[in-house]
Amino acid sequence: MSAYTQGEIMVTAAARRINDGDVVFVGMRLPLLAFMLAKQTHAPRALGLFENGVLRDRPAAAPIITMGDAPNQAGALCLRGLDEVMSLLSGGRVDLGFIGGAQVDQWGNVNTHRAIKPDGGVVRLPGSGGGADIACLAHRLLIIMNHERRRLVPQVDYITSPGWGPYPGWRGEQGLTRGGPAALITSLGVFSFPQGRAELAGLHPGVSREQVAQATGWELTCSSSLETTPEPTTEELEIIRRFDPKRFWTA
Amino acid sequence: MGKARDKVKSLSRAVSELVRPGDSVALSAALEGFIPYASAHEIIRQGIGPLTLVAPISNISIDQMIGAGLVERVIAAWVGNVSTGIGYNFRRAVEHGTPRPLEVLDHSNFSITLALEAGARGLPMAVGRSPLGSTMATENPQFKSFTCPHSGQRLLAIQAVNPDVALIHVQRADKEGNCQVWGAAGFTKQAAMASRRVLVTCEEIVDSEVIRRDPDRTLVPGLLVDAVCEVPWGAHPAPVQGYYDLDNQYYLDYAAATRDPDQAQAWQEEWVDGLSGREAYVAKLGSARLQGLMVSHSRPSAPLEYGW
Repeated sequence: MSAYTQGEIMVTAAARRINDGDVVFVGMRLPLLAFMLAKQTHAPRALGLFENGVLRDRPAAAPIITMGDAPNQAGALCLRGLDEVMSLLSGGRVDLGFIGGAQVDQWGNVNTHRAIKPDGGVVRLPGSGGGADIACLAHRLLIIMNHERRRLVPQVDYITSPGWGPYPGWRGEQGLTRGGPAALITSLGVFSFPQGRAELAGLHPGVSREQVAQATGWELTCSSSLETTPEPTTEELEIIRRFDPKRFWTA
Repeated sequence: MGKARDKVKSLSRAVSELVRPGDSVALSAALEGFIPYASAHEIIRQGIGPLTLVAPISNISIDQMIGAGLVERVIAAWVGNVSTGIGYNFRRAVEHGTPRPLEVLDHSNFSITLALEAGARGLPMAVGRSPLGSTMATENPQFKSFTCPHSGQRLLAIQAVNPDVALIHVQRADKEGNCQVWGAAGFTKQAAMASRRVLVTCEEIVDSEVIRRDPDRTLVPGLLVDAVCEVPWGAHPAPVQGYYDLDNQYYLDYAAATRDPDQAQAWQEEWVDGLSGREAYVAKLGSARLQGLMVSHSRPSAPLEYGW
């Protein structure tokens, strides 16, 4: 068994959910690494879109921190504008999108705008970026987040990126005609969303159900067949570390 | 439009002529690349405010102008530090009203693009589907949901945005402001087309014949442009394809230096107010640091045949 970080198992768990041939709206940080990893392993035909306007079907030739970095443009298939990649998303041509955030709730709503502290004070967070667009318009949505009780809350303080909403049919009522969270990948395990509410579907190796319940702000429900996330292989770790050599994202 | 023909100016003169107190200013329109830091710093040096800033993911350009006390309103999709997350000046302005209170009209990247695109077309609104279902769509008065008269679908009417000035940074432009860009450009085109005035900084001013050799590369035509300023390294620490890559360490250092408000003021003194202009900034970075950011893996494009 190789030693790996929580970030690395989140990346491998996310990468395994990219199907070969998927058109993926790639975020930054862990999702970017997941896309790079999937491309190098089981999904060589996956296509990546970046909101600044990059379309590429090869991993960047060198490690990158932002989608605007030079190695993410060199060797791309197409460099255009935000309007064009977002039009592909709006037009229904994106299979899978990734988002992260500060808070997620039991319906998969994600908050990257504003959190209320226990003393009532407000913490202002950066905002949507393209997160809301991806959550509204991609066919499948994967949410990636560190598993902490203050992050996995019963109800988010602000909906930046809409999930399934509090009752079946909520998304449709909002005017959202497709998509919704498929999975929430955390540092402890994986949730799926049967009937639009989070249900623990898998645990990372060495993590107990009690540990997850403790770190989850909503009343935990579990799938009848809890899976154990496969450990990252040596090859997977080697690829992740090639794209994140200084452990900038996966430490 | 009656714009001047020879638009080449010093950056300090262009900023003082084109940016006025009370203006709305679009910037950082290409997201993480091509950020017009040199122009933003010149605005800070000249103390021009209060301003409304319009941007997608802006990285730290907006945070710096907020820290300088020049921003009263932000219309944007994301304000922070892409390398580390939080923009501390932004947080202090929203949470504590320091150095001045800040109104935020929250958008998504797509909705702010559509708002500018509508502005560019002279229309009062754009139509979008995202961010329906979000708190943005109910809190920001620039969004109104409506029922499509054709399909019956619930959609968003996104109010058009027409900034007073767009600040854009490009690789090269000619004296008349025909701007050529290679690399993903975010909504640079929409920002330039929607704005009443456009201030261009470029790595190089080139002969008009260079532009004409590859007109497909022209992202913003000179007819929209008011001033052209040759400012090498004008987007540092953001990347500019073919010239320099991201200087991530600068973003990490900025995050560490701005966590505390007094230190944030010291950062501004060190990197903006205490420097006479961009040449002094570049000199301060030092040649070894610049060398490390320059192209080390050359990848020129193939020439194209435009003849007949």
